[in-house]
Amino acid sequence: MSLWRQLTYGIRGLLHRNKADDDTADELRQYFEETVAAWQARGLTAEDAKRAARLELGNMTVVREQVRSYGWENALRTFASDLSYAARQLRSHPGFTIVSVLTLALGIGASTAIFSAVDPILFEPLPYPHANRILMVWSTFEGARSEIAFGTYRELAERNRSFDAMAIFEPWQPAMTGGARPERLEGQSVSAGFFRMIGVAPAIGRDFRTGEDVFNGPRVVILSDSLWQRLFHRDPAILGRAVKLDGDTYTVVGVMPHSFENALSPSTEIWTPVQYDTRKITSAFNTWEWGNHLHLAGRLKPGVSRAHAIEEISQIASTPWPDFPRPRWASLQHGLIVDSLQDDIAHTIRPALLAVLGAVLLVLTIACVNVINLLLARSAQRRGEFAVRAALGASKQRIVRQIITESLLLALLGGALGLGVAVAGVRALVALSPPGLPRVDAIVVDSMAFAFAFAVTTLIGVVTGLIPALHVSREEVRPRLEQSSRRTAGGHAFTRRALVVTEVALALVLLVGAGLLLHSMRRLLAVDPGFNPEHLLTMQVQTSGHQFDDLPSAPGAGDGVRRRFFRQALDAVRQVPGVRQAAFTSLLPLSSDPSWVSTYGAQFEGDDPNGGYDVSRYAVSPDYCQTMGIPLLSGRLLDERDTAAAPQAALISQSLARAEFHGKNPIGKRLHVGPTDRPWYTVVGVVGDVKQDSLAVDQPNAVYLSTEQTWFADDTLSFVIRTHGDPAVLAPTIKNAIWSVDKDQPIVRVATMDALLAVTDAQRSFVLILFEAFGLAALALAAVGIYGVLAGSVVERTREIGVRAALGASRSNILAMILRDGMRLTALGVLIGLGGAFVAGHALISLLYGISSLDWTTYFGVVALLTAVAGGACWLPAWRAARVDPSITLRAE
Amino acid sequence: MSDSSTDVIQGTLDMLILKTLSLQPLHGFGIARRVEQISRGVFKVNPGSLLTALQRLERAGWLDSEWRQTTNARRAKFYRLTRAGKKQLEFETADWTRRASAIARLLRQEG
Repeated sequence: MSLWRQLTYGIRGLLHRNKADDDTADELRQYFEETVAAWQARGLTAEDAKRAARLELGNMTVVREQVRSYGWENALRTFASDLSYAARQLRSHPGFTIVSVLTLALGIGASTAIFSAVDPILFEPLPYPHANRILMVWSTFEGARSEIAFGTYRELAERNRSFDAMAIFEPWQPAMTGGARPERLEGQSVSAGFFRMIGVAPAIGRDFRTGEDVFNGPRVVILSDSLWQRLFHRDPAILGRAVKLDGDTYTVVGVMPHSFENALSPSTEIWTPVQYDTRKITSAFNTWEWGNHLHLAGRLKPGVSRAHAIEEISQIASTPWPDFPRPRWASLQHGLIVDSLQDDIAHTIRPALLAVLGAVLLVLTIACVNVINLLLARSAQRRGEFAVRAALGASKQRIVRQIITESLLLALLGGALGLGVAVAGVRALVALSPPGLPRVDAIVVDSMAFAFAFAVTTLIGVVTGLIPALHVSREEVRPRLEQSSRRTAGGHAFTRRALVVTEVALALVLLVGAGLLLHSMRRLLAVDPGFNPEHLLTMQVQTSGHQFDDLPSAPGAGDGVRRRFFRQALDAVRQVPGVRQAAFTSLLPLSSDPSWVSTYGAQFEGDDPNGGYDVSRYAVSPDYCQTMGIPLLSGRLLDERDTAAAPQAALISQSLARAEFHGKNPIGKRLHVGPTDRPWYTVVGVVGDVKQDSLAVDQPNAVYLSTEQTWFADDTLSFVIRTHGDPAVLAPTIKNAIWSVDKDQPIVRVATMDALLAVTDAQRSFVLILFEAFGLAALALAAVGIYGVLAGSVVERTREIGVRAALGASRSNILAMILRDGMRLTALGVLIGLGGAFVAGHALISLLYGISSLDWTTYFGVVALLTAVAGGACWLPAWRAARVDPSITLRAE
Repeated sequence: MSDSSTDVIQGTLDMLILKTLSLQPLHGFGIARRVEQISRGVFKVNPGSLLTALQRLERAGWLDSEWRQTTNARRAKFYRLTRAGKKQLEFETADWTRRASAIARLLRQEG
């Protein structure tokens, strides 16, 4: 009943708003007239009675507002009018509105985007059951993680008591033939328990069975959902189907679910069981079973702590058992590295992500500071307006509500734009992300992060907006009114100056970070890779098929076929018009080739048998060094004479020569590379060092051998082709030339050397781009802050400036006075910021190259830049102050 | 008005209005005057609170209103108690009496 009345009365009030207002006015008028009549009845004159009634009833306007505001429909109406008033306010101060909204959008958008990208990588649990129980186990090589051998896996799997299951996996890149073009697939060879260890089963078909990962076991594969879609169009009859991989027939036994995310190797599309020969573990060390090329992961038993597992693993590593013999390179004497899967996949990118996260939090803070500053400046100007409204009968609640409405409207606009920035930002981040960034597919705009950033900025806006309103209503109206006409400095001046100092300090921290990264990048790009990357096209050619197999009946025959194919392919490439020089190598500098696969032990004649060097082994065609432009320092290069029948020749790198021979002539000295039971290689020449993994990493020990003289023929070689014109244009012709020799050999990773160079420091440039963007944003925000405070102070001090001018201060005096004021704030901010920058620079240390985190040129440059921008921001208000005409100002008072 | 007049005790204005209207329909000024007279000037009713309260009571369904001529030929909005309003008055009176006598007992004991 009463709810019904509430509704109908309210709607009637909304529909006939004027009538409702008129009714209230009539009722009050009658009330007033009755009061006057009552006073008259006591003997007062008409005039006196009216005055007495007014005194008795108070301000009738206030009363009318009070009565009118009753009811939900009026709250609604008030809100609507607040909103339209707020919109009018914002529209009539476009400068304030645009800067505030942009600041909010930037702060909210940037922090949401960054957090969205970082969260799945660093914080969100991986999408596996009890993912925190999955640990990775690595061998240790020079303090860093390195792959382990099958023999080590067997020992750990049998000796440990902490893990439910351990599994190994390694890259497997089979060529699928049978189609128009051979296609190389990204796959993994895994032990049979791999998917059970992860905790995800195939969606259709079955998992690998124990016993399928044995030597000469059945050839079976499990497909990813995407490969099933791409090659088989989700054919439901896929199970049992035969596929041709590297010349062998494999049977499809399962398909993984669409939702399965392979955090360990996101691009993997196909899995097959590893098939190592366990008998070879104890019989000989010189086997594939003892090569360090496997990844090992294990799932902890419930209730076993990570610390306990780490302790057990390191205890196993340090106490070899006679049942489990170990070769020198898998002695585990440097211990094993155990890490959670989540930390493991992020461990290379973590410093970069944390740096970016830190930077964006600084930006968010600066944005908040700027919003506070803008609102304080604005409310200082509006103190008079509030005073007038209070005097005209606006209640305290009404003014407060008005301000909250305005703050919310501003926050809403900023939030809407910020959401756009966040969406665009996430897209840009994914596009910019360095190769190898884990879990890229899991990066989406994080609604919690957005809600958090939006709530923080909104709260700050509302609270800041409220402070002056509470002042207005708490104090007397008259002094405020007087003050508003006199325009003396407001009480928030100190707060605002402190805020500007904060902004400058934070901006300096960000800019120093950006400067250090920029400087590092420049250093890095100036690094000589050791060869000439111009006009260089690279592509990887793989040999696949049974014609390359070494049969027991004819040892070495397969290798012969392989060598012949590569020789013929190289000849075909050289015939292509536009090709200047062409060569191939087993290991391509600055490619993503894992260098550990090509790292071998090298021992010179007379070296301690336990000593020697870890060297990169390059199996190359004779003119590789000429094609790459690697300089010959002494002796001769490899050439056509170095055939299989000729004496074995080797080139060594300058660093290796220096390390072994200390300036003496190395030509003619002999060494073993890899197996020691083969004839010696004789050093015929010394060539310059080359950067292999990245420009930032020195790995200068290298040996170059002719592919004709190596102890096995590499199945995959990278062609390097120097061209006359744009190398990318020639790529299709060159591929066809190679396929004219054998159309079933896959060609992958076609890239110009320039592109590889750009990728090699993608992670640094990723962080650098973000830091530059954030640094510039911070600089702009700080400049706006300084400008705002000085402009406000000039307006507030107009009278003082006028007096000074009247007393004889010259324009340049006044200009200098205001500039000094602004620069004092800047200097204070810079001083405080320097402290923060030292700390931030230290945190960035793992991302720097070639400079210290205290690089003084960077600091100097950043301080100069910030001072110049701050000076610019001070100039305009100072110039305005200098133009103040004393006669006009003084008369205006 | 005398200096000793006070604002109506918080929460009792509704009851006073209902009680006043239970005798006869009245307009806003009439209600205020009646409350002041009967309380011998102890309670002073301010028009803002009164008219807001009247709207509230009307929406609650305890009052009806209509525009009528007063005895001195002015147009005024007259309020009348509804049946639900009568029930509410009985309820509030009983409630008030209970509280007031409880407080009175307490005060006597303390004194």
